[in-house]
Amino acid sequence: MYRYDPIDRELLAERTEQFRDQTQRFLAGELTEEDFRQLRLRNGLYQQRHAPMLRISVPYGLLESAQLRRMAQVVRRYDRGYGHFTTRQNIQLNWPQLHEVPELLARLAEVQLHSIQACGNDTRNITCDYLAGVAEDEQVDPRPYCELLRQFVALHPEFYWLPRKFKFGFTGAAADRAATRTNDAAVHVLRRGGAIGYRFFVGGGLGRLPMLGQEMNPFVPESDLLTYATAILRTFNRFGRRDNIHKARIKIVLREWGIERFRAAIEQEYAKIGASAEGEQLRLLPQDIERMRGHFAAPPYRPSGEAAADLPAQAARNVRFAAWLKRNVRAHKMPGYRVVFVSLKAPGQAPGDCTAEQFETLAELSDAYSFGELRSTYDQNLVLADVAERDLHELWGKLDAAGLATPNIGLTTDIVACPGLDFCGLANAGTIGVTHDIYRRFDSLEAQYEIGPLRITMSGCMNGCGHHSVGHIGILGVDKHGEEWYQVTLGGSAGHDAAIGERVGRALARDEIADGVERLIRAYLELRCDEDETFIECYRRIGLAPFKARLYETEEDSEAAAA
Amino acid sequence: MSRIIRQRAIVEDDWTLAPDGAAHTGAAGRLIVPLARWRAERAALETASAVGVLLPNTEDVEAVYPEIAERPLIALQFPAFADGRALTQAILLRNRLGFAGELRALGDVVRDLVFWLGRCGFDAIAPRGDQDLQACLQALDEIRTAYQPAADGHAPAWVRRRSCSANTRPAVGA
Repeated sequence: MYRYDPIDRELLAERTEQFRDQTQRFLAGELTEEDFRQLRLRNGLYQQRHAPMLRISVPYGLLESAQLRRMAQVVRRYDRGYGHFTTRQNIQLNWPQLHEVPELLARLAEVQLHSIQACGNDTRNITCDYLAGVAEDEQVDPRPYCELLRQFVALHPEFYWLPRKFKFGFTGAAADRAATRTNDAAVHVLRRGGAIGYRFFVGGGLGRLPMLGQEMNPFVPESDLLTYATAILRTFNRFGRRDNIHKARIKIVLREWGIERFRAAIEQEYAKIGASAEGEQLRLLPQDIERMRGHFAAPPYRPSGEAAADLPAQAARNVRFAAWLKRNVRAHKMPGYRVVFVSLKAPGQAPGDCTAEQFETLAELSDAYSFGELRSTYDQNLVLADVAERDLHELWGKLDAAGLATPNIGLTTDIVACPGLDFCGLANAGTIGVTHDIYRRFDSLEAQYEIGPLRITMSGCMNGCGHHSVGHIGILGVDKHGEEWYQVTLGGSAGHDAAIGERVGRALARDEIADGVERLIRAYLELRCDEDETFIECYRRIGLAPFKARLYETEEDSEAAAA
Repeated sequence: MSRIIRQRAIVEDDWTLAPDGAAHTGAAGRLIVPLARWRAERAALETASAVGVLLPNTEDVEAVYPEIAERPLIALQFPAFADGRALTQAILLRNRLGFAGELRALGDVVRDLVFWLGRCGFDAIAPRGDQDLQACLQALDEIRTAYQPAADGHAPAWVRRRSCSANTRPAVGA
């Protein structure tokens, strides 16, 4: 966990005061709504349907127990007793009062939490592999590089007023657990020979024109993280379109220029910086990286003999524990340790919601079982990353009592969804009700286990916060003459095999969409070649047509076809 | 004569913006002319008066610099305060091209942009007409700590940490 030093503390304190002053001037009528909008967005505040929405950054998805306790206090005092984890590993509050936000931010700042650049046309919170540091398939722990870049882009004066938002995603592992190529820039930290470097992808983004990032440079040396980031951001600031908000992301520059011209521009700027005094300043020395790496040192693991447990025997005695062990617990690089997923997808729960009581429970459990740390995932779940096998059974009991042990990680009911029309001012359609409808149809664990790995993702509008474009089954809410309709995309993936889903056809009505999803899943169960073929593998083998036929196979359609 | 901020002080502006087609005065006049006019009338302007050049925020400053390197003043534009293209122009002028004359921000320049201007090397700021100049001046020091280098002489946080001292930056800049 990165620990603030006086530089970090001073900067955050000054920033908190800056926004307090801006808010007071707005409330006093000294700032127009439009001028204030630009300022509040850069402090995490959207204007929503009922109240402002405050987005709190969770840098690279890493939280500690003191922050969780503070979140519990804050959601009780300033909100309605719960927060919401997002697909960018952040936390959103739906009910704060504007005049109280400066005080709320001051309370968060005391525990190293902030909303700097959580919204607005700037560099957003950096996302990262939620198994960083513990994954068996990891080459390099990306977190030190995330923090170096987080600091570099925080309040960067040249890149504070970009054409549009700009997102970075990091991984250092073979599997992509952070949907990195859906970001404006993806950074894959890797080793080549004895050296560490970065494979950079640029130009990804969801929303209106979903695209995956294209490789810009296969190996930028470790010292040049900030140099290369500067080259990308400078190119974007200069050439990103400002005439049309829907065409302002860096992916549009890439599309309009073509990859060769785009790459040449970034590489040329990279070379110019490198050859100048600016490059000297931006170049990281080994000691800078070493110092940062020290913040993310491995915790004091117990020897495997002390940590291990006879899990098969425990599982044999308790079928519910066995289900949880199978679905919500993953391998850890240290013998005797496991990674535990905390499901925020219980029946009846809006995906990603977390109550004050659950924040407190998670603080206690992370202290007791995972060295005081917790991670958020881009699937809107949480992770206790360093749990000794011997503690698993006890931990499971406590998670279960708090409604946090639904054994559905990666399964049908582990649905990803934005808050939708119930909260968001941008949304065209509701999401939470639809997720509940789908959930109810596949509530039985047997059914979910038969279906196997499946990622259903849902957004309430084009902006795609629910990552519908990269879901195996993606659902996009649209507005048709004041009614909520739902478009389906199939075959998307956010993993190392990342792909943008294909839109199937016409949208389904609110009362048809859950039936439609059920038909797609039934089609898969009938069409898969065997039980080991997953939904996405099956889709890639047989293509869109058989699924399309089933999606629209309703009584009405059959009649229309016959007529 | 309007007032502006220059070198961290509120002063009377002794420059006149002379758009294309406007007559320019005699030797006493200090004129800021658009790049197009500078190119068209360079010979006459050079002999007549002190001349600064106003660049559109879409201009490639590296390409145009040989034409304007000797000017005592370069003005950059903010058509809207959230349009940050001129910030990159300023950084390149100061850090890469070594421009040491007056670098002036014009347009929709509001108090809440001033801090960012100062960090990017602007030493002259002509705020929007409705802005409180005193408040703008104070805004230069809104945040005194910085993580990254810009064009105001501050060492980046990672460099300061090499010596393990974490003092806040001195108040320098515009």
